[in-house]
Amino acid sequence: MTTTLTASGRRNARSVAWHLGALALLAVVLYPVVWVIGASLKPGDQIIGSLQLLPGHPIAANYRRLTEGIADIPIYSFFVNSLFVALGSVIGVLFSCSLAAYAFARIRFAGRNLLFTLMIGTLLLPYHVLIIPQYVLFQKLGLINTYVPLLLGKYLAVDAFFVFLMVQFMRNLPRELDEAARLDGCGHLRIYWSIVLPLCRPALITSAIFTFIWSWNDFLGPLLYLNEPEKYTVSLGLKMFIDQDSIADYGGMVAMSLAALVPVLLFFLAFQRYLVEGAATSGLKG
Amino acid sequence: MSHTQTPARAVAPRDAAPGRPAATARRRGSGRETLAGYLFLTPWCIGILLLTLGPMLVSLYLSFTSYNLFDSPKWVGLRNFQDMFADERWWKSVRVTSVFVLVATPIKLAVALGVALLLVRPRKGQAFYRSAFYAPSLIGASVSVGIVWRALFSQDAVVDQAGRLFGLHTDGWIGDPDWSMPTLVALSVWQFGAPMVIFLAGLKQVPRELYEAAEVDGASAWRRFRSITLPMISPVLFFNLLLEIIHSFQVFTSALVIAGPGGGQAGGPGGSLLVYTWYLYDQGFQQLRMGYASAMAWMLLLGIALVTAVLFRTQKLWVHYEEEGTGVR
Repeated sequence: MTTTLTASGRRNARSVAWHLGALALLAVVLYPVVWVIGASLKPGDQIIGSLQLLPGHPIAANYRRLTEGIADIPIYSFFVNSLFVALGSVIGVLFSCSLAAYAFARIRFAGRNLLFTLMIGTLLLPYHVLIIPQYVLFQKLGLINTYVPLLLGKYLAVDAFFVFLMVQFMRNLPRELDEAARLDGCGHLRIYWSIVLPLCRPALITSAIFTFIWSWNDFLGPLLYLNEPEKYTVSLGLKMFIDQDSIADYGGMVAMSLAALVPVLLFFLAFQRYLVEGAATSGLKG
Repeated sequence: MSHTQTPARAVAPRDAAPGRPAATARRRGSGRETLAGYLFLTPWCIGILLLTLGPMLVSLYLSFTSYNLFDSPKWVGLRNFQDMFADERWWKSVRVTSVFVLVATPIKLAVALGVALLLVRPRKGQAFYRSAFYAPSLIGASVSVGIVWRALFSQDAVVDQAGRLFGLHTDGWIGDPDWSMPTLVALSVWQFGAPMVIFLAGLKQVPRELYEAAEVDGASAWRRFRSITLPMISPVLFFNLLLEIIHSFQVFTSALVIAGPGGGQAGGPGGSLLVYTWYLYDQGFQQLRMGYASAMAWMLLLGIALVTAVLFRTQKLWVHYEEEGTGVR
């Protein structure tokens, strides 16, 4: 009797220790997020030095700054631009990557293994190797300072991560479905559209959310291709903000940083399962 | 559901080729199948030719030229590469990036594995912690988080004050050439969630019987970790190591934002944050030395290819694929 009691007592103690450890880690991991929320409600001069996580007297002045502008550009326009690019990217990725994935997963064609290896190879290719020739290409085409360079690759299935994710998913769909559809006289287009795509919803959702978040966070692409502040995305707007008044307006800067994080955090809260499992499947970064 | 597929399988080369043996019926129609395959692949094929393979060749050509975007490229042979080896700032960027890769990657993976081991046993709240720890990986590379990091690590801010408790006196971590790199490393380690979820997926595949048998034999927790866990998840560790190294080589936004405006000079305090990609961007797009920057890009590609090749070579020594052996080493 006593042995079982101590055993369960030990199990309880271990469980408490586990929760304490996990909570301590959680505090460290979430500190920056909580900090930025608290800081956005503090007067600008108290943001850096004060160790108080949450403000004594929360103020909304920093958020009022968001209704104004930076260098005559209203701040909301950065958000509109980012939204346009992100949604445009999502549509492109869903369309082009699923087509490519269907070919790799469900059609047996000559050269498939070679092309699949090539596709996997591009997963490891550093993007920076391509930025100069791509820039030269878009410059020759007169497409600098448009959104085309940011979007074109999404419509041409350049994001091998998503092709790979969808291939993995489609390979696991039962083959019998295709065979049955084939006997009914369906071609590949029909099978792709009416059978495979609807069944791939989880992979499509995962790809869509990751695309949105990556595009929303992207800094290098807009930095290279957008020249006029009217066309800037949120990342560039933020950079302009910190370059312009690095010390003067900490309040506005923190409020805008938080506002830029909100869409990503909302997506995360709504779709965390898809994101975490997607990341576990194919090593998607974030 | 493919979501249960482990990344270990995903990287193992023997699984790289998709599909099963062709059904005879299918083979007969292979001409039509091939046509259909390439029709579906049309966007991807255009993409890889126009935006990947084509640019790579152009970049290779440009690396042997002097090119400023406006005049036509002038062939200079190997001069860019000679200049590079004589360029102190290039060497600086190589050192900064190497230090970042060598320090950030092991710490991040160790934390990721440690936390994954903590989370692997099913407990109340496990899914919540997993999600919460993963969240930083989604936002970590953004300008916003760079700004937050800059604020947290600046003079008299919370990290600086905490450091003082331990007798650490800096001019604010971001302003001090010795402490700006640890700031960047901390931001990278903060994003341990992405490798963590991959480790978790791998740990869940380890058969429980192995642990039970070891426990019966009286193996200690450390022994069980060394002899069961590590060999069993070594493919996942390999996958994470490869991904993290390649990603670390490409750090850009975080370094740029943490370094701050810096009067137009790339690299932050004392050039301590002059990561390779930043110097490449600076040379190509600020100084318009596009030939030189292309040469730099190819050196980066070679560097990453070399590291990848070495990693794959050492694979035999420490990566344990289940199909090859029986049970535990």
